[in-house]
Amino acid sequence: MAEAAAEQPAFTISGLQKSFGANWVLRGIDLAIPARAVTVLMGANGAGKSTLVKIAAGLHGPDAGEMRLAGQPYRPGSPAEAIEAGIVVVHQAINDGVAPDLDVASNLMLDRLAGGQEPILFNPRRIRRKAKAIADLMGLEMDLSAPVRRLSLADRQMVAIARAMARDPKLLILDEPTSSLSDTEARRLFALVDRLRAQGVAVLYISHRMSDIRRIADRIITLRDGRITGMFRDRPLDYEGAVNAMLGHGLTDVDIQSPPPGDPVLQVADLQLVPGARPFSLTLRRNEVTALTGLVGTGKTAFAEVLFGLRRPHAGSLLLDGRPYAPATPGAAIEAGVFLSAKDRASNAVVPQYDLMRNLTLPFLPRFSSAGVVRRGRERNVAQDQIAALNIVCQSERDGILTLSGGNQQKVMVARWLSQPSRLLILDEPFQGVDIGARRDLGAKLRETASDHATLVLCAELDEALEVADRILVMAEHSLAGDHPNREVDLDLILSQVAGGAPLAVPGWAVPA
Amino acid sequence: MGGAGMSGPVAPPPAGEDRGRVGGSSSRGDTATRLAIRYGFLVLLAGLVVFFMAAAEGFTSVFSAVFIFQSVAITAILALGVTATLVVGGFDLSIGAVATSSMMASAYAMVVWNLGAVEAVLVCLLLGLVVGLINGMLVVYTRIPDLLATLGMMFVLIGLQRIPTEGRSIAAGMTLPDGSTAEGTFSAAFMAIGRHRFDLVEKNVLPVSVLFMLAMGFLIWFFLEYTRYGRVMYAIGSNERAAALAGAPVRRYKIAAYMISGVFASVGGILLAARLGRGDIASGNNLLLDSVAAALIGFAVLGAAKPNAFGTAIGALFVGVLLQGLTMLNVPYYTQDFVKGAVLVLALIFTFTLSHRQDR
Repeated sequence: MAEAAAEQPAFTISGLQKSFGANWVLRGIDLAIPARAVTVLMGANGAGKSTLVKIAAGLHGPDAGEMRLAGQPYRPGSPAEAIEAGIVVVHQAINDGVAPDLDVASNLMLDRLAGGQEPILFNPRRIRRKAKAIADLMGLEMDLSAPVRRLSLADRQMVAIARAMARDPKLLILDEPTSSLSDTEARRLFALVDRLRAQGVAVLYISHRMSDIRRIADRIITLRDGRITGMFRDRPLDYEGAVNAMLGHGLTDVDIQSPPPGDPVLQVADLQLVPGARPFSLTLRRNEVTALTGLVGTGKTAFAEVLFGLRRPHAGSLLLDGRPYAPATPGAAIEAGVFLSAKDRASNAVVPQYDLMRNLTLPFLPRFSSAGVVRRGRERNVAQDQIAALNIVCQSERDGILTLSGGNQQKVMVARWLSQPSRLLILDEPFQGVDIGARRDLGAKLRETASDHATLVLCAELDEALEVADRILVMAEHSLAGDHPNREVDLDLILSQVAGGAPLAVPGWAVPA
Repeated sequence: MGGAGMSGPVAPPPAGEDRGRVGGSSSRGDTATRLAIRYGFLVLLAGLVVFFMAAAEGFTSVFSAVFIFQSVAITAILALGVTATLVVGGFDLSIGAVATSSMMASAYAMVVWNLGAVEAVLVCLLLGLVVGLINGMLVVYTRIPDLLATLGMMFVLIGLQRIPTEGRSIAAGMTLPDGSTAEGTFSAAFMAIGRHRFDLVEKNVLPVSVLFMLAMGFLIWFFLEYTRYGRVMYAIGSNERAAALAGAPVRRYKIAAYMISGVFASVGGILLAARLGRGDIASGNNLLLDSVAAALIGFAVLGAAKPNAFGTAIGALFVGVLLQGLTMLNVPYYTQDFVKGAVLVLALIFTFTLSHRQDR
């Protein structure tokens, strides 16, 4: 393949490694990002995308490896240096990029105001004039004197991008830019990206939204467990192959012996999670571990939230053990025997000030109390039982929760819900941020206890679903896209269901050059 | 792929190698810091007592000790109440105003409405409860940040307590706005709350207010440490979302915390009124700052690094000992706030800087 000079990569990374403590996040990354093209980086949660971006943006230093920008060695010590060198990142949280109470003009000039390129005395007219130049460059048509908080999310993002582009960057990194945009807003963003590409900018676009990717990608790189697992650049792009490479199914040799499923526990009838979604029905049974898989943002967590009393469904009904079930609060759900081990344990589950035991018993304190007074002896017994049952590595039940490793913290969070009998046990991403040993232990425990209740495991990674479940459900676009027993699974079919229906690319979207 | 030409560390270890624990090999230096953080403030308190015993004549007497307890009793009760709001991750700036309003209310109830001691006390408790409820609802439902909501409440109460008497203090025989003379008096039973002393070892040593302080301190300590309600309140303060997902009715708990704070503050106001024997609009100015300082100093006691009832009590005592000792050494009164401020800053360094460094 004859690579012309213009094809020389704008940005290359070789042998990049990064660990946080004992946790290796990037295990040797090699990639090249060409100019005048949109390279999509796909990866599930925890694959290492954010870390990669943060290293490129100068927020973290790599442990090993090197980066080159336009052929020159590149090793930023701070975000300011990264911007100076020509790498600009638009972060996922749109509001991190703008100061909402300042007007658009000040926001467009924010980096210069902060960086000292502007005189000390603030001259509004001068700022407005310079901001106008930036806005014109990007074709922004909003009122420059309006405070940013009055803008839509998309407009705020346009402001952040426009400010970035005023730097004339060599590489623009967009980190899940559409995650909080509406469809129309997203289209405006895509049009902008098209224009930047035409101007010769190298764009690294991070996303796992298939519709975005089909619309915008020139090439796709997949990241999984800190390694590059796939590189797709031949047209037409192999989207299913990319999803496969991102989620992976190393087909870990776990022999699932499915016992006969028991009586129905939860019956879902014509449930509509959000307005406009296709209604779905399903039954979860005792003695059956069901995995619910699908990409991020397809409604898995929304479904769990409905079952746990955190969200009202748009339409449809639920039966628990044959009786109507509509919990108003998590407390009511727990009372009814529906338990949820939430995803992202650091923000949703762990009480950092508490020791292992107190974390474990938190939801069930009434059961450990007489007349409101907590009986610590009873508490300790249960904690010790669970430590033994789940093989939690600790010195005692009084260890501070944060002194445990991630895997052991997660075991405590799951043990919390296994310590009391339930009807339906839901686990949202129980294997997230967990090493493979703890993942095996947890999976084995879930299967072992499955006879007592119905088990629903939410996981984006197909591997995990195949490893733990008797039955695999696929969710796409807030509805059920597939239902497979975990025997001689047709992986291609699952993957195409995960990747979801028709491409969003509607003909007739005029792309301004 | 691999490590060729790299100057970095060796290749990543295989996934799955999971050291059970992260962090800390402890050296001798670490142990020393840990001990300093844990016992530093108690040692400092003991050292202070020893110093004053040596330096200030009469500091060792029983009456000196009782005086210290009595002087901190009201502050401590308010501080114990605000501890409850700190535990759920909130803050209550209105406690000083609740206490003075409660003082004025009790005086008004007895002097103007001619009510008895029991009714006057009930009026005050109700006032504290209602203010706490409003504070809690403002914070939880209108989502005004706790500092701002309770600051607003503070202003409202400071203003409100002066309206019925047109800004004058309340005492028996006062002239009312309509020109008539108030007929009621402070009942003897009510005054006893502030002035009676029980015999202990010697005659007339133990003031009722100190008993109140000890009882309420024990109550809130037991509540926070040993009941499931206290357990859940700490969980809410530490990770509200986790507590909610564990089924805790977070909003109700938060409102309850402000109600506890309000009631404790109103008890403080009752004690103040009973000690003064009048509704004095000029008193109680220092209550808010002193009690908040006591609660924050409490973070540093026993290295708790979190709000706790025992620490709060020690914090109040610490300030009391310091001020009494300095007074006996004839240090001028106007240096008191400076000394309190310095102690508070020191305690905050203990809590936030030292113990967090230790966590790492």
